[in-house]
This record gives sequence, structure tokens and C-alpha cells, in this order.
Amino acid sequence: MSSLLLRGGRVIEPARKLDAVTDVLIRDGRIVEIGDVRVSVDRVIDCSRKIVCPGLIDLHVGVRDPGYEEDETTATATAAALAGGFTAIAALPDTRPVVDNRAAAEYVVLQAERADHCHVYPLGAVTRDNAGQELADLGQLADGGAVAFTDAKKPIQSAEILRRALEYARMFHRPIFTHPQDATLTAGGVMHEGYYSTLLGLRGMPAAAEDIMVSRDIALAELTGGRIHLMCVSTQNAVETIRRARRRQIAVTADVAIHNLVLTDTELQSYDAHYKVDPPLRSADHVQALIAGLQDGAIDAISSDHQPSAAEKTSRELDVVPFGIVGLETLLPLSIRALIDPGHLTWPQLIAKLTCGPAQVLGLRGSGTLAPGVAADVTVIDPDVRWTIDPRQFASKSRNTPFAGWQVRGRAELVFVGGELKYRHGGTA
Amino acid sequence: MDADAPSPHWNRPHLLGLQELSADEIGTILETAAALKRRHSEGETKLDALKGVTVGNLFFEPSTRTKTSFSLAAKRLSADTVDFTAAGSSLSKGETFIDTARNIEAMGVTLMVVRHSTSGAPHLLARNLEASVLNAGDGTHEHPTQGLLDIFTIREHAGKVAGLTVVLVGDILHSRVARSDIWGLKKLGARVIVCGPATLIPPHVEQLGVDVSYELDEVLPQADCVNLLRIQAERQRSAFFPSIYEYAHFFAMNGSRVQRAKKDVLILAPGPINRGVELTPDVADGSRSVILDQVTNGLFVRMACLMLCHQARLAARAGGGGP
Repeated sequence: MSSLLLRGGRVIEPARKLDAVTDVLIRDGRIVEIGDVRVSVDRVIDCSRKIVCPGLIDLHVGVRDPGYEEDETTATATAAALAGGFTAIAALPDTRPVVDNRAAAEYVVLQAERADHCHVYPLGAVTRDNAGQELADLGQLADGGAVAFTDAKKPIQSAEILRRALEYARMFHRPIFTHPQDATLTAGGVMHEGYYSTLLGLRGMPAAAEDIMVSRDIALAELTGGRIHLMCVSTQNAVETIRRARRRQIAVTADVAIHNLVLTDTELQSYDAHYKVDPPLRSADHVQALIAGLQDGAIDAISSDHQPSAAEKTSRELDVVPFGIVGLETLLPLSIRALIDPGHLTWPQLIAKLTCGPAQVLGLRGSGTLAPGVAADVTVIDPDVRWTIDPRQFASKSRNTPFAGWQVRGRAELVFVGGELKYRHGGTA
Repeated sequence: MDADAPSPHWNRPHLLGLQELSADEIGTILETAAALKRRHSEGETKLDALKGVTVGNLFFEPSTRTKTSFSLAAKRLSADTVDFTAAGSSLSKGETFIDTARNIEAMGVTLMVVRHSTSGAPHLLARNLEASVLNAGDGTHEHPTQGLLDIFTIREHAGKVAGLTVVLVGDILHSRVARSDIWGLKKLGARVIVCGPATLIPPHVEQLGVDVSYELDEVLPQADCVNLLRIQAERQRSAFFPSIYEYAHFFAMNGSRVQRAKKDVLILAPGPINRGVELTPDVADGSRSVILDQVTNGLFVRMACLMLCHQARLAARAGGGGP
């Protein structure tokens, strides 16, 4: 029987519309009470001038384990997650071998237990080997712990396959995560198609490639009654299409990658491969639409779209460098910079997009909330601390970030998983 | 002019594109090239400007004329040259492009001429090497020395660049020559029209300050110069246009189209030309064609670029203790 009191923090619990300076009592790994607590406890942590909120949740993380341990391992990915304030991540299945069977899903769970940092939920493949041809063993994957199904960054080109997947996954109450992109329009592309792709002579990926698939995926969700989640939407039309679908009660959710809110396609002028992401950095009008989508609820969650790549893969020609950047350890300060500082979102709104929003998408009950009785996954944020992003300090095994040297504010100070202090900034947990 | 004195309008160790150059800097290259051409015609066929310097020609994509031209330009300045081509190289053994370039640099190469199929590849090298990097064509981005030699040739024949109307015909989308031409010509005050099938005109190209046309016959009467960009047959298989036959019907420069243009129109082509596709043999070999002049001038333009970048690199090292 151990008890812990987080005293005097600004407790933000969007799931129950709570935002107040108060205390959080944790006993035996669970939340007991939020409010003015006067009982005696084993340990008190002063949280004044800090934000106390549910642990952050990332919807899709490239963990790379097994098969690409040169980029990341479960141990390093989860250490990076903790340093970023996350208590749970969902792991993409695009490993080697692909997580398209029960044993592979159980390996993901086992590796997370070995690392003993934070929760890792497997995402199972939609199709065998992520090849887009035949369905993976969705039911067995669900038994092995898969919380949703996705072919990760491989867009499912066959509408027929996606239709069957949506129908079949309904039996297991799991959503399908798609990377909405018409691959015939983006083949060979490295950046957003627009003025800058013309200027730079780089092959473009038109916004229409995403618009088309967002519409298709929503139409298939409507047809099947299945649940679709659109990963990393990035276009103006995508946001508007989702908004209309939700008004019509179609089961569609969406997230946006933080870098698509912070950067635009002008960055590619440096030809720096750290700006090569999928979906690509778009123009400013798309960024405005994405922010509006977060504000009115068309977009449920913000993701880091963490895609680690070892150094030997990134210091190469733009064509051959893999898409993606690491993001777990920079998401929080970048969100503050992109959304809180300009006044686009309030703190409770932002925390919702990082906690109860993703928890709902993943169908996780008792996560993303501080309701009495739930496991105490709690993050304490210092919203004001100023620091400089230094990739050499990352817990992630990879350093591929365009944000090196950025002056930012805000970071996770303490992270509790199941009531246990797993991370303390600048010190051992 | 004194070939060894640093130029007031040039302090760049690299030549990566014409986009970042000022009109003055472009002028400096053209003047330097003109002086070199003059001296050559006066019998000074070999200069000492790069004596003891080693120029590396790193061609990660096949090229005949640009490589030969750079190589000869270096030799005429008394440089040693080392050629590297991707085929049969360590690249096929898995070595990265940067490692390959670093190895060549470690052999004492200080001027690196780079051709690569990826846009931005020379920029990546410029960031990773001490050597000067000269872009000899990167992907579909820029081909600055080709743009410069086009402009040099136009200026030589027309006596000026400002106020001229230059039509670029053909595959603008995939053309690095088009982008360099557009930047250079616009900076020097010319009007540029790009003309080709709609599938080969890149989106938002008008934001570069050019006019767009899909009808060559309509724009020809305004043209002082017509530059016929190369059409690659494989583009047809990617459905950028229905057939070579159809392309030639609308966009090939033939005798009757030359008639529609101004009497003193200049016909340019970056080559290698497909006779009967971009232009017919009578035009290629006709009186308005300056195609071979372009090739000759390319040599002097490249000598000028090698010299200027080398001098700027030395000046930067002497002044700032490093490049």
C-alpha cells in the first residue's frame, strides 16, 4: 500500500472538463481522488506552476523492432516516449517481419514488458506483409493484443481490400488506420506539389492524392459501417471532407502530425532531407485549415509521426533518404509553439488532442483520463521552462530531426505509468 | 583583364544555381568568359590560372558533352583533372555518394564538378565538403553552366539580353536547363515564355515570372530566341504526351515555323538533339541555328566558372581562415 500526492498543480483532465489548481491522490498505482486532499500520504510532490494531466498517448509510432534495430528498439522508443511525456504509444506494424500474425503482435507486447518503460499497444497489419493483397489474420492479431489495424505508411490502393478489412475488423471492434494517399499520384514524389516543387525541380505529391483517398476511405466506412482512422491528414480538402462526414455521423476519426502544423514546404529550399516527410510539408493555407480542424473537432488527435532513421540512411541524396523524422521528444514543445503561443488552442484543448482524443481513437477505456479508479498514467509538465532542442540528448536511437537548435518552451518533468515514477527530467526515475 | 585578380562581383566558392546569383554576378561570369574567348582567339589557348589545381569531374549520371566541356575547360586552365563516373564505381558496391566525394576530395581535389540525377545533390556535397562544388546539372533542378552559355550565346549574337523575348519549348517540367535559363534571363531583363504540352508545364511556373503558352505557332512571331529543350522518349511511355508524332506536329521547329518567327530569330538547343522531334534537320543546320556556337561558348563559360570559384575559395580561406 503506497500513496502519493501530486500537490498544487494545474490539473487538466479534458475527459471530464476539469481545469483547476488542485491535488491528485494516487494509491496502489491508481487514481484515487482529485481535489483538496488532506489525508496523510507516503510521498508528496509539489507541482505548483506545473500542469498535471493524463499521460500523453501517441497513435502511431515507428518502433522499428524487430528488424530495423539500427533505427530504434522498443527500449529506446519507449525511453523517448517517456522523455516526451507519453505513457502509451501504439506501435506501427511495418517491422521486419511485419506484425501480420499473432506471434508478431505478442513479440511487440513482450518487448515492451522487457523495456518496462511505458505501454506499447501493437497495431496489426491490415494485409499480409503490408503488401495490400490479402488480409492478415486480423482476429488472431486482435487476440495477440492489436488495438487497430494498419498498413502503416503503405496506402491501401485496392478499395476492395479496404472494404473487406473494414467489414471484417468490425467483428473485433477495431478501427482501420489508413495512410490516405493515391500512390499513382505520389510515385517518386519527395515533397508537396506546388510552387516550391517547381522551383526546386523536385517531384511533387499533389494534395489531390490525399483528397481522393480521404473521400474514398470515408465512403467505404459509410458503406461497411466500419470505423476508419485517417493518419496524418495534411490537406485543406481532407479536413473539410472529414468535417462533413462527421456531421453525417460516419465513423471517421483523424490525426495530424505535429510537423505539418509547424513547418511548410518552403523549408525544402535547403534540400535538407530532414524536411522529407510523408505526407509532405504543405503550404501555409493547408496549415491554417489543419489548425481550424483541430479547433472545431474535425481532427481528434495530434501525433508525433515518429519515424526514426539511422544516420547512414539520412545523409544521402533526397531521393533515397527514407521519409520521416523522429518526433516523440519534441511534440510537446512544438505543440505549445504552434498552438498555445498563437492562441489557436487552450491548454485543455491541446491536452485533449494528446490524451482522451487518441485514447478514444484506440478504444482504450481507462486511458487518457484521471478518473478515480483508473491506472495512474500521469504526466507533469513544466509549461514555462525554456530549452534548446539538442538531438544528441535524445533518448531515441535516431537523430533525424529538423528541429535541432530550436529554442522552445515546455517539457515533461515527471511521468508516472501505473502510479510508478518512470521518468524525471534530468535525473533517474 | 587580369585572370588572377579576384573579381569585385564574385565571392562564391560554389556555383550551385543561377537562382541565387545577382545580375552583377551573372555579368561577371559572362565578362570573364568573353575575355577568355578573346584571349583564345588571340592565340592564348592555354592559361596558367589553375596550375597545380586538381579538378574532379564527378558524373553520377551519364553525360558526354558537359563532361567533355568541363574537362577541356579545366585543361585549358592547366589544371589536372580526374574523372569519376558512376558506372563500375564503388557506388555500385554500396558506398554513399558523399563518401565517394570525400574520398576523391582526400586525394587533393579542390574543385568538384558534379552531375547527379537527384535535385539538390550538389547542395548536399557543398555542405559536406571543403572543396568548391560546381553544379553540372542536378536532377530536374538547375544546370547553371548551360543556362550561362545559352545567355552568353544570345548576348553574343543579339548584342544584349534585356528586352528580348525568349521562348523555351518542350519539356519544361523535367528540364534543369529551363530553370537555369528562366532565372538567368529574367535577372538580365529578358521576357521568357515557356511553351509545351500542358502535361510538361510544371504547376505554378508562372510564379517564376514567365508567361505560359501551349501554342508555339502563336508565340513564335514575338520570339527573338527559341530554345528547343530535349524531349525524352520515355516521357511518352509515362503518358506525358500521346506520341512523338503528335508532339512534333505541334512543337517541332521546322522550316515553316522559322518563317513565322522574326527574321533574325536565334535557334538554340541544349542537346543532344533528336532530329525530327524538337527540330528538323534543315533548322538545326540552318542559318538561324546557333547550336554549335553554344557548344563552343560552353567551354569559355565553364573556364570562367572554374576560375572564379577557385579564386573565391582561395580568398575565403586567406581571409576567414577557412571556407
